[in-house]
Amino acid sequence: MKFTKTKIATFAFVISSAVSLLPAQAGSLAVRNCTWCHGPSAQGYWPAPRLAGQRYRYIERQLKSFARHRRDNPFSRMYMWYAAANLTHESAHALAFYFASLHPKAANDGNRDLVAKGRAIYQQGVPSDNVAACVACHGPRAQGIGGIPRLGGLSYSYLQDRLAQWHDGYDAAALHPMPHVASQLAPNQIAALASYLSFLK
Amino acid sequence: MTCITSTKHAAHRTSRAIPHHDSQKRGAAMSWRLVLPLAIAAVTFSGASGYAATPSSVQAKIRYCKDCHGLSAQGYRGYYPIPRLAGQQPQYLKNQLRAFINRSRPNPIMSNVAHVLRPGMIDAIASYFHRLHPPPIGGGPRGLVAAGRSIFENGVPQDDIAACAACHGPHATGRGEIPRLAGQLYHYVVKELSNFPRERGQNPAIHGPSFIMLPVAHSLNRHQIRAVAAFVSSLR
Repeated sequence: MKFTKTKIATFAFVISSAVSLLPAQAGSLAVRNCTWCHGPSAQGYWPAPRLAGQRYRYIERQLKSFARHRRDNPFSRMYMWYAAANLTHESAHALAFYFASLHPKAANDGNRDLVAKGRAIYQQGVPSDNVAACVACHGPRAQGIGGIPRLGGLSYSYLQDRLAQWHDGYDAAALHPMPHVASQLAPNQIAALASYLSFLK
Repeated sequence: MTCITSTKHAAHRTSRAIPHHDSQKRGAAMSWRLVLPLAIAAVTFSGASGYAATPSSVQAKIRYCKDCHGLSAQGYRGYYPIPRLAGQQPQYLKNQLRAFINRSRPNPIMSNVAHVLRPGMIDAIASYFHRLHPPPIGGGPRGLVAAGRSIFENGVPQDDIAACAACHGPHATGRGEIPRLAGQLYHYVVKELSNFPRERGQNPAIHGPSFIMLPVAHSLNRHQIRAVAAFVSSLR
């Protein structure tokens, strides 16, 4: 009995390592496990954000923070903690690289009336309220750089949730400075920023 | 205060007068030319005289600076390189904040930031950041450090380039209005030296140490700039 258990455990281990070593390709099991929720071309599917075109270093870091239970908002707990639990460093890297290589499309689902206000906050911040200008780190077209995520074209609801969750104290261990920057934003400022960003290509 | 209030009123009066000129394009343009400086002056002065800084508002402002410049003000590589403020000379920091306000140093983000600083904040912020001493964040090409050290310490006599150490000090710590370079971000130093006239020297009416740097920065070629930046960014 004990011998059978060991055999099963070994077999499971071999299978899981083999799966994790497969290169991430369209149609591969690992990719399909992501696209069930993130959409067939990884353009996002509420509440799962678009992964296409995201910075690979950012995706890798997020996978790590799900696995370590640092990113702790309700949907992360419910889905991503398990999804990322058994990813090896190599498979996380391969998946991140694959999704980063896909062409991102803008969600275009914000409130158009708030775009001008959102653009002003994005580009100038609100110095009198100690709100930093997003453009300094995320770039003039919100394309991100290195480990700093692309925000342009993400869906309104995802952007709004993410900023509001920091405001509510979730994901407090995220890299400086986002927990603090987001906590300075009022709900109407978050709505304006999310609207502006959702239309950016 | 009386003078400031009257400036504000003047700006209000002039701005109210604008719609009457709408039909006459030239008149409108003329009045904008009058209104803008007045409005800017009004905003600047009201910002500077409205209400003094409380200790908690200074703390909140310092926290705000750190959002971009790093938690220990060690600098940050965002989309744009954001300079290290830690250990910086207070007089230099104050001069730069004023240069952002009067736009002799053009930087849209920092102009807006500096414009809303209350009196007392600039001094408090400058002396706070001067006291911090985190290690440099690094990231410069190590292979260029030796060449950079040579330029920093001896200059390039055949190209008439002065030794940086002559003004910035043997350990690149700066003095008074001359900035500390030690530990500064590699990419930031490269960016500033490569675009010195555009970054620092837009207003010839305002003479400062930036104008001493203008010809020096101009004489350095790309390789020399990268070498010097690699050297100073490695210094503690």
